[in-house]
Amino acid sequence: MAALAELEREYEKAKRDRKFQTRLDELLKSYAGRPTPLFFAQRLTKKLGGAKIYLKREDLLHTGAHKINNCLGQALLVERMGKQRVIAETGAGQHGVATATVCALLGFECVVYMGTEDMRRQELNVFRMRLLGAEVRGVDSGSRTLKDAINEAMRDWVTNVRTTHYLLGSVLGPHPYPTMVRDFHRVIGREARKQILKAEGKLPTAVIACVGGGSNAIGAFHEFIKEKKVQLIGVEAGGRSNKLGEHAARFRGGSPGVLQGTYSYVLQDEAGQIAATHSVSAGLDYPSIGPEHAWLKDQGRAEYVAASDAEALEACTLLARTEGIIPALESAHAVAEVIKRAPKMKRSEVVIVNISGRGDKDIGILRENLNVLNH
Amino acid sequence: MLLLIQSNSMSIQFTSRPSLIAYVTCGDPDLATTRDIVLAAVDAGVSVIELGVPFSDPLADGPVIQRASQRALQHAISTEQILSFAKDIRRQSDVGLILFTYLNPLLRMGLARFAAAAQDAGLDGALVTDLPVEEADMYLQEMRQRNLATVFLAAPTSTDDRLKQIARASSGFVYAVSRTGVTGARKELTDDAMKLVGRLRKRTKLPIAVGFGISTPQQFAAVGEFAEAAVVGSAIVEIIERNPGKEAASVAKFIGQLLAPSS
Repeated sequence: MAALAELEREYEKAKRDRKFQTRLDELLKSYAGRPTPLFFAQRLTKKLGGAKIYLKREDLLHTGAHKINNCLGQALLVERMGKQRVIAETGAGQHGVATATVCALLGFECVVYMGTEDMRRQELNVFRMRLLGAEVRGVDSGSRTLKDAINEAMRDWVTNVRTTHYLLGSVLGPHPYPTMVRDFHRVIGREARKQILKAEGKLPTAVIACVGGGSNAIGAFHEFIKEKKVQLIGVEAGGRSNKLGEHAARFRGGSPGVLQGTYSYVLQDEAGQIAATHSVSAGLDYPSIGPEHAWLKDQGRAEYVAASDAEALEACTLLARTEGIIPALESAHAVAEVIKRAPKMKRSEVVIVNISGRGDKDIGILRENLNVLNH
Repeated sequence: MLLLIQSNSMSIQFTSRPSLIAYVTCGDPDLATTRDIVLAAVDAGVSVIELGVPFSDPLADGPVIQRASQRALQHAISTEQILSFAKDIRRQSDVGLILFTYLNPLLRMGLARFAAAAQDAGLDGALVTDLPVEEADMYLQEMRQRNLATVFLAAPTSTDDRLKQIARASSGFVYAVSRTGVTGARKELTDDAMKLVGRLRKRTKLPIAVGFGISTPQQFAAVGEFAEAAVVGSAIVEIIERNPGKEAASVAKFIGQLLAPSS
């Protein structure tokens, strides 16, 4: 609790410090590559025959996903706090890579916890983290995926709290993480808003993003929350089926509960044990959801749907062949939703789809699952 | 010295110094064995039993208790079952009984339902590992209404202000965590424990139990120099793990060694 209070204090101080924001903006620009383009997907739009589709290209950020927005922000806080050791959890590995990246940039010791099942299916990212100088510790307990990595990271943190900062990668966990991580990702929506107004002269009809922990989605949504006419659509992992254990759609089968310091919708059994989850995409494979999403859903401000493994894989291939962009399997869930939704919308309407990451890390999974690569 | 804390109609009694609080994971390897272990431990001189509710994500626990939870969860064990198990123990003994659990299983059951069932089972109180005092209002209301002790964890990194809040919210005893970290036996007890207890003494008249990492008679006796009770968890759970078929006898023997007067 003391570490959380310290973090919150530092963060509040940093927010009021113009030098902090300037330095962060500078790194986001010259190091991470912001602003990211908002790209009009002309061929995809034509193919679906409905609303105009714009892709927010977080996949073009350094390290290949939106994660670095938060990592840079928190890394600058670590510097202010004078800590030398950073730990993180990672599912698909993108947050782990982004953490290892900023640690190399600023000279911190870095340890990343990753479920051994995730290490197997996202091998490229494991190698990248090690090349960047981070120690990757495999977690063999529980389901051997993201939630187990978080458990182990939290255990490390409470043990080493005096010297170590826990660089949490999503809008989850105890306060101040959900707020702070969201704030670091708000740049996504802020940029997209300016960009769409410039391109179309109006706000979008809808913003669509995939939701694992919920960081890329809340980053894309936040700027538009106050614009009541803009629909906000979060896409969860529909996995293989609706059966508990076969998906990671918290709003489909979950109920309020506490996991890892957060009170939100959780996939759990009748005894309150946390359920196993499944998704073809490691980054969406998590039984709880960022509390701000729970709030948006309960308020009726955002709508949450799901895309199945099969739909995500198909969407990945479609985007690759229609626009020359291979999205991460996580982001492919958002693409799967626009494939369903755009045809039902008017041609004058505009949809923004957040492409939260690139799909290079998923080559292994794509190879396992798609026959199309043989021709 | 006899310390009597009235809660329910039972009492948590720390009759020797230090008194022993023993933790077991219910259902490891199964409830029938846990029953034998608990009764043997009581016979051997334990003052309070912490009945651990196994949880899928025990983030405050080290590998020993993690493994115990995994084993127990193979039986799909519920909080209700553990409460009825506690009721059965209560019929056989007056020993102090505290439920040791993470928050989610309680929330799932419903706090009011849980407190009522805990009272009915004859439990003395509970310790909810991941419930910070700041979030405990509803829990405290339900528990206090039914005269159930609310035990909270104080850590070496807790600020003075939080220690004050923890002391205010606690009843039965205060659990002082001996070091930063998770459960698990360690070779030395650090200075952290003594310092923390010293800080707590300024803020509470409740008895204080020191836990995490205690596994030897020397460490156990050392705690008695500055605290009323010592909690032994992982060391006991590991003995259970290592002695299949003779869990109860092995635990009783270990407890005997802990409680033996120093030569």
